Amino acid sequence: MTTLEQTETTGEGHDVRRRDFINIAAVSFAGVGAVAVVLPLVNQMNPSADVLALASIEVDISKIAPGQAIKTLWRKQPVFIRNLTPKEIAEANAVPLSELRDPQTLAERTTAGKENWLITLGVCTHLGCVPLGAGEGENRGPFGGYFCPCHGSAYDTAARIRKGPAPKNLQVPEHSFKSDTVVQIG
Amino acid sequence: MSFPWANHYAPKHPLMRWMDEKLPLPRLVYNAVGAGYPVPRNLNYMWNFGVLAGAALVIQIITGVVMAMHYAANAGVAFDSIEHTVRDVNAGWAMRYAHANGASMFFIVVYLHIFRGLYYGSYKAPREMVWLLGVVIFLLMMATAFMGYVLPWGQMSFWGAQVITGFFSAIPVVGEPIREWLLGGFAPDNAALNRFFSLHYLLPFVIAGVIILHIWALHIPGSSNPTGVEVKGPQDTVPFHPYYTAKDGFGLGVFLVIFSILMFFAPNALGHPDNYIPANPLSTPAHIVPEWYFWPFYAILRAFTFNFLWIPAKLWGVLAMFGAIALLFFLPWIDRSPVRSARYRPMYKWFFWVLVLDVFVLGLCGMKPPEGVWVLLGQLAAIYYFAHFLIILPIVSAIERPLPLPMSITASVLGEEPATTGQPA
Ligand code: HEM
Ligand code: FES
Repeated sequence: MTTLEQTETTGEGHDVRRRDFINIAAVSFAGVGAVAVVLPLVNQMNPSADVLALASIEVDISKIAPGQAIKTLWRKQPVFIRNLTPKEIAEANAVPLSELRDPQTLAERTTAGKENWLITLGVCTHLGCVPLGAGEGENRGPFGGYFCPCHGSAYDTAARIRKGPAPKNLQVPEHSFKSDTVVQIG
Repeated sequence: MSFPWANHYAPKHPLMRWMDEKLPLPRLVYNAVGAGYPVPRNLNYMWNFGVLAGAALVIQIITGVVMAMHYAANAGVAFDSIEHTVRDVNAGWAMRYAHANGASMFFIVVYLHIFRGLYYGSYKAPREMVWLLGVVIFLLMMATAFMGYVLPWGQMSFWGAQVITGFFSAIPVVGEPIREWLLGGFAPDNAALNRFFSLHYLLPFVIAGVIILHIWALHIPGSSNPTGVEVKGPQDTVPFHPYYTAKDGFGLGVFLVIFSILMFFAPNALGHPDNYIPANPLSTPAHIVPEWYFWPFYAILRAFTFNFLWIPAKLWGVLAMFGAIALLFFLPWIDRSPVRSARYRPMYKWFFWVLVLDVFVLGLCGMKPPEGVWVLLGQLAAIYYFAHFLIILPIVSAIERPLPLPMSITASVLGEEPATTGQPA
């Protein structure tokens, strides 16, 4: 074998050996194969089909009086559905956008014609605790919306971040009204 | 590798000679932790903690494997399966409390082991690799303990998992997908619990593997010692066995007595009562705290309460917390002083003790709710932590005048006058 290679590489400009091609081809082939094996091993950790399948729910909102809120579960995460009072809506609209860390109007966070229905995830955008304020008598914090006890993030009546370490407003999940009393989330 | 005067393995029994030819495992043990490993004669009790950490790992593996025989990694039954282990399984309470308190004992000895290294300059050349592998072990231990704490699926388990995986969502753009990938869902649930159990079972064996590398790297230069002066001849060493097997054996006895007191008389003293409430995704406990061994790092995480230089507070906190550990990787090159032991470093010695105090203050701030004076104190202590490594150490190692070093280990043991003035050994 060695003698064969030596004869092949003798002579000017014959630095590229046939064996190099075989080496590169073999290593690339094995490399592609290794990636093909690793991909499913990594991908199996992503949310599985049954977890994704729970992706939409319908909620009856007829029993939520103005000023009240309920907690429900969607994709294993808490969701707050809140019926805002006219005063809370006015408070939210009175804040200039320039004062907000994550500028958004109440109208952008609700459905047209149904501005009183504020639907958000109950997951603090800091590190994911459930903020207080949806349950009866819970501390709604200095801005009258929600208050996260973990590290003190305070949200206003449009569930926008106003104070504390959280970077974003409470997330508004995709939702649509099936009727006046039923909302579909997801 | 070893010193040329190390005892040689010479099996006498024919069976051992046969074994030595086929698989020289007894020879390996003899040279690694037997009479064939020469060790400085002047090691003090701070050199016990490596062996104690190894013992703690063995205890965790044995109690963990037996507990896994009764545990069910399913969000619906995990909590009950732990209660079943404690109440119904024969001696189950002993296994469970040994494992939970064993984790605390493990961290106590590892922290003492790390601070021993900091005090005596064990991280310096030629032992940098030993130190680097040690930091890797520390990181693996933290991951293992975090995932273990999730397994009982109580309130602290659940919300700890939520908050810790939440760190990753601080990373711009890819953060949220990474978090969902880690959890296998949008919040901690069955998928997360199952994979945490799988990894919690696996990682201790990875740790065991890295420990072998750690000891392999240590045995190339051999152990350091309280003077930090290198071994110069046979008179400076004694064989590991019986000298240090005896000394470590005594230390192990003390360790087990303390462990037993904790486990039998105060098995829940270091735990959090909220973890006896089953996980509830709809209600966060009033005050989430990690286990005590994470408090200093938790305080650093929370030290950033404001955005700074375009980077949001949340990302800063996560970067600072990981940075606090990553810094340790660079320590051998940050501290330029040629003298190892703080015994002969009059300035460094003081800053070492201030750092110890600072870590205790950080721990206290990590335990307290983030209100009032604890916020500011935590921020100051976090700044000091980074300043110690990034500002104080480089300056001290440049301006400090070390005390005269002893001529040799033997000279120091026999109390002879130092002949050199501040020269590195
Ligand atoms: C590096 C070594 C290890 C550390 C630091 C460690 C740490 C922990 C911690 C802190 C807990 C939570 C205890 C509690 O809240 O009661 C735990 C639970 C558990 N660990 Fe480990 N562990 C280790 C090795 C192992 C091994 C090798 C196994 C074998 C499968 C194992 C199996 C378990 C099981 C089944 C639980 C749940 C029971 C319980 O919560 O008490 N562990 N571990
Ligand atoms: S998780 Fe809400 S403030 Fe930190």
